[in-house]
Amino acid sequence: MTEQQSPAAVGGDVRLTGIGKTYGSFTAVHPLDLTVPQGSFFALLGASGCGKTTTLRMIAGLEEPTSGTVLIGGQDVTALPPYKRPVNTVFQSYALFPHLDIFENVAFGLRRRGRKDVKKQVEDMLELVELGQYARRKPHQLSGGQQQRVAVARALINHPQVLLLDEPLGALDLKLRRQMQLELKRIQTEVGITFVHVTHDQEEAMTMADTIAVMNGGRVEQLGAPAELYENPATTFVANFLGQSNLLPADVTGGAGEDLLLSAAGARLTVPRARCATEARRVHLGVRPEKITIEHGSAEVAEGRNRLAGTVVDSSFIGVSTQYLVRTEGGQEVTVFEQNMERDARVVPGAPVVLHWNPAHSFALDAAQAIDAGTGEAAA
Amino acid sequence: MSTLTEAAPPQAIPPDSGQPAGSAPRTRRKLTPYWLLLPGVAWLVVFFAVPMLYQGSTSLQTGSLEDGFRVTWHLATYWDALVEYKWHFVRSFGYAATATLLCLAIGYPLAYTIAFKASKRWRSVLLILVIAPFFTSFLIRTLAWKTILSDGGPVVGLLNTLHVLDVTSAIGLTSGDRVLATPLAVVCGLTYNFLPFMILPLYTSLERIDPRLHEAAGDLYARPFTTFRKVTFPISLPGVVAGTLLTFIPASGDYINAQLLGSPSEQMVGNGIQKQFLNVLDYPTAAALSFILMALILGMVTVYMRKAGTEELV
Repeated sequence: MTEQQSPAAVGGDVRLTGIGKTYGSFTAVHPLDLTVPQGSFFALLGASGCGKTTTLRMIAGLEEPTSGTVLIGGQDVTALPPYKRPVNTVFQSYALFPHLDIFENVAFGLRRRGRKDVKKQVEDMLELVELGQYARRKPHQLSGGQQQRVAVARALINHPQVLLLDEPLGALDLKLRRQMQLELKRIQTEVGITFVHVTHDQEEAMTMADTIAVMNGGRVEQLGAPAELYENPATTFVANFLGQSNLLPADVTGGAGEDLLLSAAGARLTVPRARCATEARRVHLGVRPEKITIEHGSAEVAEGRNRLAGTVVDSSFIGVSTQYLVRTEGGQEVTVFEQNMERDARVVPGAPVVLHWNPAHSFALDAAQAIDAGTGEAAA
Repeated sequence: MSTLTEAAPPQAIPPDSGQPAGSAPRTRRKLTPYWLLLPGVAWLVVFFAVPMLYQGSTSLQTGSLEDGFRVTWHLATYWDALVEYKWHFVRSFGYAATATLLCLAIGYPLAYTIAFKASKRWRSVLLILVIAPFFTSFLIRTLAWKTILSDGGPVVGLLNTLHVLDVTSAIGLTSGDRVLATPLAVVCGLTYNFLPFMILPLYTSLERIDPRLHEAAGDLYARPFTTFRKVTFPISLPGVVAGTLLTFIPASGDYINAQLLGSPSEQMVGNGIQKQFLNVLDYPTAAALSFILMALILGMVTVYMRKAGTEELV
């Protein structure tokens, strides 16, 4: 058993090559390549059953890949059992040992490796997660948030090269979840260990991660920084799963310099060629609801903006903004989020309106994909 | 702008509305638990408390069947019974303890396999197989062991060929070429008959263990055996305690196994009690023996629970 004494000094890259998992005839994960750079906070995002947890478990060694290899810090660990891998996991329901107190739970990994100075290290770690005074309690005597911090402490104390987090915040209520997101991010920055975080919560992924891999049906749909994924989704799934998108079926009618000309929803629209992810003639034209300006039908629209006319079908006031549902003249429904700053009192259900936005905020995706991919779980 | 302080005032609830006129329903609700306890308590009183008192008074009587028994507070009966049957007590607890340990050694791996390794469908099949012997009478099953262990039977033959009997004879478990009518036979019978009482509580406590705890232990550098030692076994301790008690207590009072599979020199306390009650008709001695057995078991169980309790039963 070879152990790195100071894992931080060694490269903690996680490199998956061609890794896949099938159960009988069901493919949980299609062979995929993924590199998680040392020290990054990496999120695997997707709906339940998309293969994200299976991928994580293959890194941890809890699941044997059907194909491919797992490299951690340049070392091939594919054939190693979990207890020989330089990784530690924070489990979904924490999996704290119910018969051991908090101190012994945190000390478990150190004791198994026969480390000296267990007491000091555990006390320091409990201080880091602010649970010093709970050392002699049993897990069931702690609240969900405290148990979660014990689970993190129990994993981190071993200084793994990679910390794997399997939906660690799923069992917490919303407020605590937000708090723990910041807490985990703080800890990650402090210890500088590579974090691989599995979640179905797109907001959680965007708040915490440097890089997100959006998974769907056992494949990685898109990989990138949160802002990049949000602003420039490559597939309809990503467009719908990450935030909300208006997707309009459109035909490419020509080009003008840097822009493509499209006809959609009974109007002529443009999209920058650089934001067109396909060569196809039939596309889905996408635009995020908050990029659209909504004005009364009589308003003047500046030259060079994409423009759609329609009627307000529904409006709902949600405090910080108002959400409108507008039916365009072409019959499509478009969602618009408008900040509650200077509201036009005439924009009410039934009123004729004009929608316009900067063409640079549009994106075009291949129309061969299902237009509603990823919407089902997006609301969660 | 006007503030809507008047909007829909909630229906004011009078503070004492929790108690509607009269307190009859409340009293009735308070009594419900006692009504529910009644059948069990009545059963215990009629079939446990009263017989115990009766048996207690019997143990303090002297006399004979012809002249009748009278309570004379003759406590010496206890001492005499203990002296006369001391080796019966030693054998009872010795055989019961050995059988309990054997049950644990056989039952734990079995329960573990059923709980963690068997598929859902096999799990129920295996559990049914565990309790399947109960479909046949206890007596018949014990008699069957007589055939299994009979002299010149295949088991004895095999043990002889493997020279196992030489070893067991050397430590006094068997004598010569026989298994029947030896301590080994009695222990085998006890082990066999009480095994399900060990397996079922073990299975229940193992089955409740979240398999993710095993994964967590593996993730925290514990090899499979260490995981068992540090996680699985400690968490299953309540099952071990329950199983050992459910095996040890009835086994110490058992007399069928000793009677059918043993010889007079393997007799246990149960045989003594049976003989005093049914053959000698010395009721005071029989009752005193029963009380001594009960007291000793109670004492041992208390000590055991204290010891096991320090591990903290989850």
